[in-house]
Amino acid sequence: MREISCHKVASGFASGPSLATKMAISFLGNIDPRTGMVVDPGHELYGESISGKVLIFPGGKGSTVGSYVIYQLKKRDLAPAAMINLRSEPIVAVGAIISGIPLVDRVPSDILQLKNGTCIEVDSDRELIRILP
Amino acid sequence: MYLSRDEEAIYRGDRGETLRRMMEILVALGDIYGAERLVPVRSVQIAGVSYKNIGDAGLEWISDLEGQVVVPSILNPAGMDLFRYKEMGISEEFASKQRETIEAYRRLGVIIDCTCTPYQIYDSLAERGDHLAWSESSAVCYANSVIGARTNREGGPSALAAALIGKTALYGYHLDHNRQPSHVIEAKAELEGSDYGALGFLVGKEVGDGVPLFRLRSSPTKDELKALGAAMAASGSVALYYVDGVTPKPPEPTANYDGCERISIEWEEIEAVYDEHGGDDADIVALGCPHCSGEELERIADLLAGQKVKKEMWVCTARKIKDACPDLVARIESSGARVFCDTCMVVSPATEGFEKMMVNSGKALVYLPGLGGVDATFGSLEECIDVALGRKRS
Repeated sequence: MREISCHKVASGFASGPSLATKMAISFLGNIDPRTGMVVDPGHELYGESISGKVLIFPGGKGSTVGSYVIYQLKKRDLAPAAMINLRSEPIVAVGAIISGIPLVDRVPSDILQLKNGTCIEVDSDRELIRILP
Repeated sequence: MYLSRDEEAIYRGDRGETLRRMMEILVALGDIYGAERLVPVRSVQIAGVSYKNIGDAGLEWISDLEGQVVVPSILNPAGMDLFRYKEMGISEEFASKQRETIEAYRRLGVIIDCTCTPYQIYDSLAERGDHLAWSESSAVCYANSVIGARTNREGGPSALAAALIGKTALYGYHLDHNRQPSHVIEAKAELEGSDYGALGFLVGKEVGDGVPLFRLRSSPTKDELKALGAAMAASGSVALYYVDGVTPKPPEPTANYDGCERISIEWEEIEAVYDEHGGDDADIVALGCPHCSGEELERIADLLAGQKVKKEMWVCTARKIKDACPDLVARIESSGARVFCDTCMVVSPATEGFEKMMVNSGKALVYLPGLGGVDATFGSLEECIDVALGRKRS
């Protein structure tokens, strides 16, 4: 088991299979709020579902409406279980907080290379990520 | 970030889940932008009002919140005139969702004025040196530049967090060192009216999120400053500017601002904005972006003077302004033009029903083409009214 220290943005504890991308995510436009699927053909995660995953990406971008898209996903049980950013920006940070999804940032960038489907725990309040064997 | 004992208690959740999350928003933003602490705000202007923008997700979020705002808080424009939406072509379905959104804000103690120009209706919301948490980009620009208050451009949730907590994180335009000019703009022409919107349209593209300082040959009125800032906040993301000798000065004024990039704007460049967006073939003329002041309504009423419009014409303003000058409104509407409140051509889905809209606003000129294929033409107020009356541009 590997432990990585991180910085809390939105509180909470969750675990799930990892889904990582080196590309920023615009929740408005990249993700379908009715299905939780990545619907932008230009995105590395095109065709993947982010629901229930520990979603690992550098940070958010695009419209501030993206915060509400995250909330909408959560209300429909389609949200990621937790999110990890290299550096959080306001859209994803606010979206995670209003939705009660654990979000941490300030982690080493090699986490973006983690094999998808790896089981991960995010303990935001203790500022710890555990990569389970 | 430093939190006082009270703030810490809210962050822990001692005062309930809504306030805990609101404090979490302020702290997260403070951490992202390197704020040392929170600062009390005098007033809040909340984005995320038009149902067209927030959808069911936003509406549900606002409806789920509990509590009351603790500082005067008002709203951005909504997606429709809250009373005359049918005349705008808004569906009952949209209207009902929009009303629900407004009711959710009312329940939180928010003052139900939906306007991009809060400073035109309440003097008490902002004075020089005040810290604010305002949202609408042109209002932010006006508050920072013309009033000399201090605000970042807040998103919906961060503005609501500031309203419920009464504070915002101290970063960005709240701090002197982010309020120094980055560009000096020399405008080599006498300007008036919509010329300022054209100037802002050009300069915003050049300076992006910079802080321009203007040296002008003419002395702009408050309405002209409103138009200048609105256009720069749309074509760029300008949130603060200076006009030498007119607005409050930068924190550390110098004689020449030697470190700044220099841009000079010739009259021909202003004229080109009109020429490139010319034509008399708009199917609607829309004025009031940002919302008209009483003086602007008077000018429009004078220009219409007993004549009948041949095209659809909207004049957008704040409800309080409309209510304060019923005679002007009656004079404008006797021409067949309509004075709509609570909304504008940029945020209402009603705009999508038209093909080409003529405006005197640099801000609307930026945003309209992105709205469902609505072309925009640009002219002075006088030209807009000529076109509405079915005359050639003068």
